[in-house]
Amino acid sequence: METLITVTIDGTEIKTKEGEYILNIARANGIFIPAICYLTRCSPTLACRLCLIDIDGKRAYACNAKAKDGMKVTTITDEIAVERRAIMEVYDINHPLQCGVCDQSGECELQNYTLEMEVNTQNYSIKDTQKQKQTWSNFISYDPSLCIVCERCVTVCKDMIGESALKTVKRGGEEIDVTFKESMPKDSYAMWNKLNKSLIGANNGDTLDCSMCGECISVCPVGAIVSSDFKYKSNAWELRSIPATCAHCSSGCQIFYDVKHDSIDNFETEKIYRVKNEWNYVSLCGAGRFGYDFENRAKKDKTAFDRAIEAFKKAKSIKFSSYITNEEALILQKLKEKYGYKLINEDGYRFKNFMNEYSKVSGTLFNTTTTKDIHDSNFVISIGSAIRYDAPNISYALNNSLKINKGSAIYFHPIKDTIVESFSKNIQEININCYSEEALLLFLIDKFANKEKLPSDLVEFLNSQKEKITKSVTEIIKEDVIEKVVDENGVEKEVKKSVPKKIVKDVEVEISKLYDVIGIDDSINSIIENLIAKKDSFSLIIGEDIISSENYKNLAKLVALFEKSTQFKVLIIPTKTNTLGVSLICDLDEKAEGFTIGYNCDGDFKLSALGDGDLDIPALNQQEGTFVNIDKRVVPTNVAIEFDGYCLNDIALTLGISKNRYTIDYTKELPLVTGFQHINFDKLKNMYDNNGNEIRGYSLIQIETNIDEFVFNKPNLNIQKDKITAYRCNPYTQFSYFTNKTTQLKAKASIKLTKSLAKEYELENGSLLKVVFSDGSLELPVEIDDKLDGNFVLIPDFDKNVSVNHYFKNGRYSPITLNKVNA
Amino acid sequence: MKKGTQNYINIHTESSPQKPFEMFKQIVKRTFKGEMFVGLWIVFREMIRFNIHTIQYPKEKLPLSPRYRAVHKLLRLIESGNERCIGCGLCEKICIANCIRMDTKIDENSRKVVTEYTINLGRCIYCGYCAEVCPELAIVHGDRYENVSEQRAHFVLKDDMLTPLDLLKQKEQKEYPGFGAISDEADKFIKKTPLAY
Repeated sequence: METLITVTIDGTEIKTKEGEYILNIARANGIFIPAICYLTRCSPTLACRLCLIDIDGKRAYACNAKAKDGMKVTTITDEIAVERRAIMEVYDINHPLQCGVCDQSGECELQNYTLEMEVNTQNYSIKDTQKQKQTWSNFISYDPSLCIVCERCVTVCKDMIGESALKTVKRGGEEIDVTFKESMPKDSYAMWNKLNKSLIGANNGDTLDCSMCGECISVCPVGAIVSSDFKYKSNAWELRSIPATCAHCSSGCQIFYDVKHDSIDNFETEKIYRVKNEWNYVSLCGAGRFGYDFENRAKKDKTAFDRAIEAFKKAKSIKFSSYITNEEALILQKLKEKYGYKLINEDGYRFKNFMNEYSKVSGTLFNTTTTKDIHDSNFVISIGSAIRYDAPNISYALNNSLKINKGSAIYFHPIKDTIVESFSKNIQEININCYSEEALLLFLIDKFANKEKLPSDLVEFLNSQKEKITKSVTEIIKEDVIEKVVDENGVEKEVKKSVPKKIVKDVEVEISKLYDVIGIDDSINSIIENLIAKKDSFSLIIGEDIISSENYKNLAKLVALFEKSTQFKVLIIPTKTNTLGVSLICDLDEKAEGFTIGYNCDGDFKLSALGDGDLDIPALNQQEGTFVNIDKRVVPTNVAIEFDGYCLNDIALTLGISKNRYTIDYTKELPLVTGFQHINFDKLKNMYDNNGNEIRGYSLIQIETNIDEFVFNKPNLNIQKDKITAYRCNPYTQFSYFTNKTTQLKAKASIKLTKSLAKEYELENGSLLKVVFSDGSLELPVEIDDKLDGNFVLIPDFDKNVSVNHYFKNGRYSPITLNKVNA
Repeated sequence: MKKGTQNYINIHTESSPQKPFEMFKQIVKRTFKGEMFVGLWIVFREMIRFNIHTIQYPKEKLPLSPRYRAVHKLLRLIESGNERCIGCGLCEKICIANCIRMDTKIDENSRKVVTEYTINLGRCIYCGYCAEVCPELAIVHGDRYENVSEQRAHFVLKDDMLTPLDLLKQKEQKEYPGFGAISDEADKFIKKTPLAY
């Protein structure tokens, strides 16, 4: 535990951690310090200078002043008030008086602080310049004349998202009148000077080339960066914000659905206008922000319902997806208990099996590592995940730990992702061979584990792989050379010079046979040594490649062993939204038999929230319920759009499973044996407090399991090597059929091609390509992703018209050949 | 006076007759007193004078004060004929009866346009806040006070309120001097902002 220190802010004594920023301390304790440019989890920008405070008689900025014991802070003095007012006056210079049509519609920090600082006159002026509105992408627009250059968008994109797609660009226009230097308060003049130099621009020209997370929209304090879709659709105050949980991936971010009636002509139905987030504490991805209208509009259809009941009566199996709430999963489980259905959920089953193997070694049902642990780490290893595509929120955490904790990281993945590489100079991207995850885990165990905690046969195996080789190394050394130089007076002099010189040395190095399997060489050792120096909190991210591997049993055990024998915290990314919840609630079966009911899945009778089934059921933005997210937290979600049809509970009631009137009545019945608690749904909160504490639902209680004796299975080190490999991976902003159903994200499946492959096959965006698998082929248009490299094509599974999952039965890789299709 | 109690004053009236005979006496007295002829005389006198003050409603209507607040109008800009309303939604926000609704969208010139604007006259209390808050002097109160309707929820739509273009050309659109109009001495209260031109 860190020792607490005491600082005094405006006479209030506050206990806090040493080194915390004063602004954060004040916010956490309900003391108001104005600030525009600061973002809680990012580095201070010092653009607005509003958070000017007085520390022990000296001026400082609350956003970058770190707490020391005994500090006395005054948040406002007369002098500071004058500065702050002048700063707000500067922000108001030439700001367009179009608040009436601005999309911020009153949720504007410029307005708020202008009123707060009581700015009612303007003393400063500068000639305005004409600035054109810009459309950065289909999703994001920018109006430079509204921009106050607080740089929050730049900061969040760099420190949180990691793409650094935005930068400040030259503003142009006139210089500030020199007379203001005398007449203005010092800080406001300095702030104006900075403001007058820059505007915001996309990093590569006029359009944004990024993952379209839209976080820049949400952090913008004014209406400068806005969602192209939301533009002029509604004023903010008309919208009703419904706190919910994003239903697209296992991060389960807290979001707000903003809803309002559809239009004056159609005022009885509501629709979602936008998604908001608590941007100081949560960052969304593009799917969360723009993929919100996947609701299923349906009316009660009694005949379809009756047919559904009939179908349930004759069914033998129920197949369902993990886009499901815990409550629904529990209903399905209860149906199974009463009627003996087989419950089929492919990814839940895979995850459950993985965790079973994991538990046998770790002795716990799950691990308690959270996303916040990644944020707080300073050495992170990621394996088995194309992290920016699979789990954007985890890649934000990884990037954030690199930027804010001065951390370092290693990203092991077969596909080279140049954006991950550009997160920081302290991240090393290592492109391993496909199918080499087991060897990699063994290598990591060898590298980091406390050998005493390892089973002896494993240690023996690891040692047996090692061998010593001599290797010639080229080293550059500095050598002193004495040269004779004739100076300007013609006198010969001897000058000592240091000259770099290459020498070749033979060095004995220890390598392991595993290196070859993984596709690394002995330089890995020095890389790790350099990166890990002076680091003290470690985490490991385990992605879907590992969970869905054929070899999951060994991998799971190794993951657990790694966690047990090292100081690393291990975060396992559940593959889909509620995979973890499903695996904890349902007793899943491997294979369906007989008549099968599909619940958001294919089946003989299909219940679907996509509107294509035999009976319509509510989508996840039309349901109350809970998910278990990646942080092992049971998080509540709410109804954004009403659903008029039948839901699973109606079927459960008819079939006599329980007398629960509402689906959420099952929240308090979730199984205690897997860590749930018996808490009423209505008691679950869904918010963040001023200190950034996540007050959402509750965390699962850790359950201990029996530890089996660790049996070390020798790994198969003869891994298959293919020339070109298909990798099952969705593009940015897509996770499932549901994201693809939304208005803004609707897309057709295409094959993502890496730069080098596109060059090799001479393909362009949009040209058709035939991908031949061992048991079939796909013909799809090509999309070149210049962020990726390697001999890979990415095959997405978000498009329900293109079914691909059967090609990837044995994991996320599949060997392929490519055939060009001549149009 | 204590808070919450009412100070009622009884107006002195003659006590009404209780018994049948007393009632009969009152009827006879009122019938033969001749007051009716006084009234008839006045009517006759005014009739032969031909100086009639009666307002021939609904053909005629009383002149209204400029500050009278009846059914709203949406005005246009005089020169261009464009709608004044910019869709800021302040009227919607301030409306205490919550009876104003508008739909907005972005148009092809990337301006905010109001596609539909309605006021539920069944709910409107004609307080004038919408006219007062309007930054563009776009929504104003008019002088049409007849609200007869088949339904309680009687709506006016944008087209009903907006000045027709032909009337605008005939310079029939009148500025509204009531709530929300700029006061005569508005200039005095303006603090000037320096300009670097």
